[in-house]
Amino acid sequence: MKKIQNFLLLSILMMACTAKAQDNAGLRLPAGFSATLFANNIGSSRHIAITPSGVVFAKLNAPNKDGKSIIRLADANKDGVADQITGWGNYGGTGIYVRGNKLYASSDQGIFLYQLNDQDEVVNPNAPKVIVKDLIDRRQHSSKSITLDPQGNIYVNIGAYSNACQEKDRMPGSKGMMPCPILDSAGGIWKFDGQKENQVYGDGKRYATGLRNVIGLDWNNQTNSLFVTQHGRDQLNSFYPQYYSDNQNAELPAETMYEVKEGDDCGWPYVYYDPYQKKKILSPEYGGDGKKEGAPNALNPTVAFPAHMAPMSLLFYKGNQFPEKYQQGAFIAFHGSWNRAPLPQEGYFVAFVPFKNGKPSGDWEIFANGFAGTDIVTNPRLAKARPCGLAEGPDGSLYVCDDNKGAIFKISFNK
Amino acid sequence: MKYLIPFCLIGLAVFSSEKLAAQNMANGKKIYELRCLVCHQADGGGVPNMNAPLDGASNVVGNDIARMVKIIRNGYNERVALDGFYYSNAMTANPDLKDADIADVLTYIRNSWSNKASKVTLAQVQKVKKK
Repeated sequence: MKKIQNFLLLSILMMACTAKAQDNAGLRLPAGFSATLFANNIGSSRHIAITPSGVVFAKLNAPNKDGKSIIRLADANKDGVADQITGWGNYGGTGIYVRGNKLYASSDQGIFLYQLNDQDEVVNPNAPKVIVKDLIDRRQHSSKSITLDPQGNIYVNIGAYSNACQEKDRMPGSKGMMPCPILDSAGGIWKFDGQKENQVYGDGKRYATGLRNVIGLDWNNQTNSLFVTQHGRDQLNSFYPQYYSDNQNAELPAETMYEVKEGDDCGWPYVYYDPYQKKKILSPEYGGDGKKEGAPNALNPTVAFPAHMAPMSLLFYKGNQFPEKYQQGAFIAFHGSWNRAPLPQEGYFVAFVPFKNGKPSGDWEIFANGFAGTDIVTNPRLAKARPCGLAEGPDGSLYVCDDNKGAIFKISFNK
Repeated sequence: MKYLIPFCLIGLAVFSSEKLAAQNMANGKKIYELRCLVCHQADGGGVPNMNAPLDGASNVVGNDIARMVKIIRNGYNERVALDGFYYSNAMTANPDLKDADIADVLTYIRNSWSNKASKVTLAQVQKVKKK
């Protein structure tokens, strides 16, 4: 009898353990992958960066309940869950980037540089160097994402403070301004020196233009070029019901990825990309009707994704822990839509696009799903977690952060 | 019998004001779905960081009717915290919306989801000067 009891107890224990291991922190992943909940409730985490020793830094949208806005997380016992969590900083923002012992973080107006010691601890939490300041912040599309090229130049997105550059923003019937004056100081990617202090617009260079709002950007070492993901425009149906139905608005325009070189123009606000016609369509604010094409010199996207899913982070996978298919490919964290209403919302997942020789070699696919904790999201506030930031650990694991309550997931491949 | 007539009249008055209120709510819902739902969402929950929630929002169920009327008429693009959170999107103006429609849509959003507040009358909207 005792034996049976022990056996039962052991079975229950084993089942409990397997259930925990297979739970994957609630995520659905391709076969062979597993996930742990690396951290939770650290505060709305926008982007993350990881040092070569595996220390994770998260940039919070606003200071958390402890008044910190840059969070340092370390996993000393290597069990996939952060066991040392500290923080500093009192300003909200999105961008964070680490190279060597230098940690860059952005607010919605500027970029700061912190020094790390050999334990990857911040040396000057209250006195960072100001690298860039006085960037435009007019609430709408104000977050500043950052990445660096191999030479140490810093690229920052300055989003357009407008939906479609109308004379009156988001006003039905208001015409698009020609030329769009917003493009002088926003709606593009700016390049600055990664070391020089107190730079303003005049010290930088408009690297690429015609980008409404980029939040995901990454330097691709294979092509030695910058890739960005753009958030397409909203409200085609509410402003132009004669050209677009609710159903068409829910699918238009595409969210887009571009490879941008210096001087490139991606077409906003004059055109948007229609993934069905596979064309750059003239915006209705500029005389378009859903069919007329425009901006012949603007870039075509490298990848077109479904509408309104909000690509928040782009990461080219450099490691070799994941199977060959994933190596050198692109991961994109989608935040999930809101502008599909009244239809159900979409896109609370991490997607993958395979790349070969610097070009997409197949269709995009869902890599990790289940962040929302529910299959149908009728309102973004019902989503448990919303994928926002991506970073690769030194062992090749992929980390995904969430800007709802601030969860961080660690995804690994188990050979 | 002579007592019955006033009772009937009161009954009729209650009945017709209820019917009127239902009409106000139905018209308010129609306007909400056409103009507001895409941003503020079907459940009035808004979109975190972008579009302010209406459900459970202190300003929506509060007493400053004039402020709400102005926001609907003129749109909104200011950095102001609502119940401790900031929302970044600009709200579209509705200069073509009739005063009676503004009253109805306000009555609707003040009495939908978990909200329960007084109805907004045409007179209250008319009192707010157009800019």
